[in-house]
Amino acid sequence: MTVQEIQEILKATVYCEGTSLQTEAHTACGSDLMSDVLAYVKDQSVLLTGLVNPQVVRTAEMMDMVCVVFVRGKQPDKAIVEMAQELGIAVLSTPYGMFSACGRLHDRGMKGGGEAYV
Amino acid sequence: MSDTIQLNFTVPGDDFTRAGEASSEVKGILKKLGLSPMVVRKVAIAMYEGEINMAIHGGGGEITVEISDQWVQMVLADQGPGIPNVELAMQEGWSTAPDSVRNLGFGAGMGLPNMKKYSDEMSIDSQVGVGTTVTMRVYLNL
Ligand SMILES: Nc1ncnc2c1ncn2[C@@H]1O[C@H](COP(=O)(O)OP(=O)(O)OP(=O)(O)O)[C@@H](O)[C@H]1O
Ligand SMILES: [Mg+2]
Repeated sequence: MTVQEIQEILKATVYCEGTSLQTEAHTACGSDLMSDVLAYVKDQSVLLTGLVNPQVVRTAEMMDMVCVVFVRGKQPDKAIVEMAQELGIAVLSTPYGMFSACGRLHDRGMKGGGEAYV
Repeated sequence: MSDTIQLNFTVPGDDFTRAGEASSEVKGILKKLGLSPMVVRKVAIAMYEGEINMAIHGGGGEITVEISDQWVQMVLADQGPGIPNVELAMQEGWSTAPDSVRNLGFGAGMGLPNMKKYSDEMSIDSQVGVGTTVTMRVYLNL
């Protein structure tokens, strides 16, 4: 799945394209707790979150993620978008809530990663 | 042994939005030096967790990063309140972070254990009322 497809599936607004809307992403995680993302995420490349602050993009950067999706219509401010631009991370905002946004992506083949724990 | 590169950073204690800038810069430098993605990832996560801790618990401080041909060493020093019980602080889930920090997506008590996990060596020197120094090393060939 590409970032562009994520945008379409989530009817999302694109705030920043990142490196390219054609960048591939196959696994995602949804969390409002950056502590957990840093501690438990392995190779997921998309972060869905309801938390809006610059540390969300920083966390995505440290985890080598390619796309951040703000759920429930939350909008990133200019500082967040500029930081993402510099780092080549795509920033989207979807009107769907966390559960629905994750569900829609999962329906279309996006994986959660970390299934090894189950 | 070839030259060691030394980098120094100041972490502000009053501006949470800027926490992580030093880790971001170091990550970029390590990538440019051509270190393996695994090493870069380990340093980035360990240093970022430490930098966030300095900003939210330690009142800011100084970070010194040294890169040799064998390892990357990070020394994070603050003059904050110190950690009364380091063993307790190292436990997963133990946190004194206030709600204001939780609202920012941190304060789950996962940072120190995660730093231990991602670094190959870690030591904490902390004195109540004096400050905390965390030293971590990630080896290049492990
Ligand atoms: N530099 C520091 N100065 C003073 N206290 C610290 C420092 N670093 C950590 N601590 C103490 O150790 C506790 C545990 O730290 P740890 O990083 O594991 O969790 P946290 O920062 O509370 O939450 P998280 O890292 O998950 O966001 C902190 O809540 C704090 O009480
Ligand atoms: Mg912490």
